[in-house]
Amino acid sequence: MVELTWLIPFLPLAAFALIVAFGRRLPGHGAYVAVAGMGLAAVLSIGIFLQMLGHAEPYEANVRWLLLGQVPLDLGIRVDALTTIMLLVVTVVGSMIFVYSIGYMHGDPRYPRFFAYLSLFAASMLLLVLANNLLFLYVGWELVGLCSYLLIGFYFEKPSAARASMKAFITTRVGDFFMFLGILLIFLHLGTFRFEDIFAKVREGALGTLTVGGLPILTVAAVLLFGGAVGKSAQVPLHTWLPDAMEGPTPVSALIHAATMVAAGVYMVARTFTLFFASPGREALEVVAWIGGITALMAATIGVVQDDIKRVLAYSTISQLGLMMLGLGAGGYTAGMFHLMTHAFFKALLFLGAGSVIHAMHTNSIKEMGGLARVMPSTYWTFLIGTLALAGVFPFAGFWSKDEILLEVLHHNPILFAFGALTSFLTAFYMFRVILYTFMGTTRSPRVHPHESPRVMTGPLWVLAGFSAVIGLVGAPFLGNPFHGFLHFEGVKAVPFSLALAAASLGIAGLGILAAYAVYYWKIIPASALRRAVGPLHTLVASKYYFDELYAAAFVRPTLWIAAALRNFDIYVIDLLVNLIGFGGLGLARLYRVVDIYVVDGAVNMIGVTVGLFGRTLRYVQTGRAQNYLLVIALGVIVILAAGLFR
Amino acid sequence: MQVGLTHYLVVSALLFCLGLYAMLSRRNAVAILMGIELMLNASNINLVAFNKYVAPAALNGQVFALVVITLAACEAGVGLALVMAAYRNLETVHVDEINVMKW
Repeated sequence: MVELTWLIPFLPLAAFALIVAFGRRLPGHGAYVAVAGMGLAAVLSIGIFLQMLGHAEPYEANVRWLLLGQVPLDLGIRVDALTTIMLLVVTVVGSMIFVYSIGYMHGDPRYPRFFAYLSLFAASMLLLVLANNLLFLYVGWELVGLCSYLLIGFYFEKPSAARASMKAFITTRVGDFFMFLGILLIFLHLGTFRFEDIFAKVREGALGTLTVGGLPILTVAAVLLFGGAVGKSAQVPLHTWLPDAMEGPTPVSALIHAATMVAAGVYMVARTFTLFFASPGREALEVVAWIGGITALMAATIGVVQDDIKRVLAYSTISQLGLMMLGLGAGGYTAGMFHLMTHAFFKALLFLGAGSVIHAMHTNSIKEMGGLARVMPSTYWTFLIGTLALAGVFPFAGFWSKDEILLEVLHHNPILFAFGALTSFLTAFYMFRVILYTFMGTTRSPRVHPHESPRVMTGPLWVLAGFSAVIGLVGAPFLGNPFHGFLHFEGVKAVPFSLALAAASLGIAGLGILAAYAVYYWKIIPASALRRAVGPLHTLVASKYYFDELYAAAFVRPTLWIAAALRNFDIYVIDLLVNLIGFGGLGLARLYRVVDIYVVDGAVNMIGVTVGLFGRTLRYVQTGRAQNYLLVIALGVIVILAAGLFR
Repeated sequence: MQVGLTHYLVVSALLFCLGLYAMLSRRNAVAILMGIELMLNASNINLVAFNKYVAPAALNGQVFALVVITLAACEAGVGLALVMAAYRNLETVHVDEINVMKW
């Protein structure tokens, strides 16, 4: 089974190629092909997962790509516990979202193209996950970035979508640049891209005492790699692209910008965890933890004041990704990955639910919704399950993973724990704010008549809801935490389960939910009064901490200014030079023209005229009278004879 | 006065020059043909004279003269036919007026 791993990314890739080639002529306008590719990949992934459950040895396969000097560059895949988890998440969640898209994208003029892009994304993401070396991972990394760009800008006629896609691409590129530096740094000193070789050398202490710029090289390399994760996983300070990425179709937001691609950063940190772990004093992990903690809290606060349902979920995603980073940074390798897995399911569910709502209401603003629980029961119940899972309510998925992260963080650093706990509270609060605005009360858009989405959309919702409800149990302590048994990092001891903390975390979530009810349902404290009470803080949060403005002032406007200056330079200096050269050439050509007409043509014509003159002159000799010719002949004979006689 | 080779040759040369003059100066095509006949006969005298005085035992010169006479008859026949044809088509036998091939 595991030998067939290469098929997993190949199937969606084949689907992509087929759809690109044949488009609408395929069954279901290409959708069925995409779904089939993804579904088969999911089946294979499950098979491999079952095989790996039996504690099979990690599987590696390499195909030589090229030789770089003496260093072989391989296209290699590696299947181990970490890969298997990611494969499962990507293919299962992906399949659900593919099926959902059949209904959601129905009637779209670029329907086949959407599925082509989705398939390409799936192939790239699976490639990224399967890679056994940094270079190959980077290839997948960039490919998913490309797909993300294409899909955010899927409605490219909308200027905001076009801008958002560009923003996403450029912002993540900043992080990718650092990541590439990190990869090169590692390659420079270790001479290999392959994870296992790198880790073996690092464990031997190959980079132990080396420094770059006064810092230990291992820390620098790990932090540079983390730079890529900051971009891709939308961590502070490169988080600004993710909320704008919501311009893409909702299934894209669910698949790429919630469940899989943005989690690639977390996966990458987990994959190269050895580097972070081995950095002196675990400084690199400390960086990861703080960035994660700050991101989690900051994004959660912004999520509270957003009115666009997808943007709330986007900030929630950033916040949860921060939480995963926080977990990893605190040493909770298993906890971080566990949360990645559960989050993929319930956040995909929430996005698809939001998509279903948007599909029905034709608006994104939760303030224009209300009372949808009655007309869209399937959407409501699944969304509620997703919300409970995200808020961390027992026994839904998020409870187990979030609790595990908080546990790890509590043992690591109390301040960061406070960040995490506050994030949990805010998460419960803003998610129930969305629920109360969207599904409770009465509708605020009386002219819209929403209806439940078709089966092809609610089906995936229910499947994902099922996963969101129970997937957390694989990490339940009272079942012996099988997830930890399957996936753990050698050298880190799991923090023992604490009932008190679990109760506290549940209490925090409950408090958040109660607060949301108090403000938005019972209206004990009206939202407007709350807004006035916190005054400037609300302004700060509503403006998203002025990150966009800061970047606009610091990078975008100077760049545009420089571009304008360069444009002027181009027009007035370069073009001038070019034109001068052009005019010079023109003048020279005119000169040549004169020479050509009067010298070259003159010579040619003169030859012609001369020959003509000769011809015209000699014409008179040709009288046409045989007697004249005979006379000449006779005279000639006489002349010859005379010459012979008088010689 | 003994008649020798030189006398024959002088007569022959005179005859040739008369023929040449007639051929170059006459406008009438028939007259030109007659000039040609004169020139051919001048050469015949030459041939016969050389045969008699230079190689009396051989007959080559005599035979050659007979061949030339035959040829002259043929030439006159063809030439007169041409003149007839020219006259029928162009209504003239004056060679200076037969100039349709001229530029």
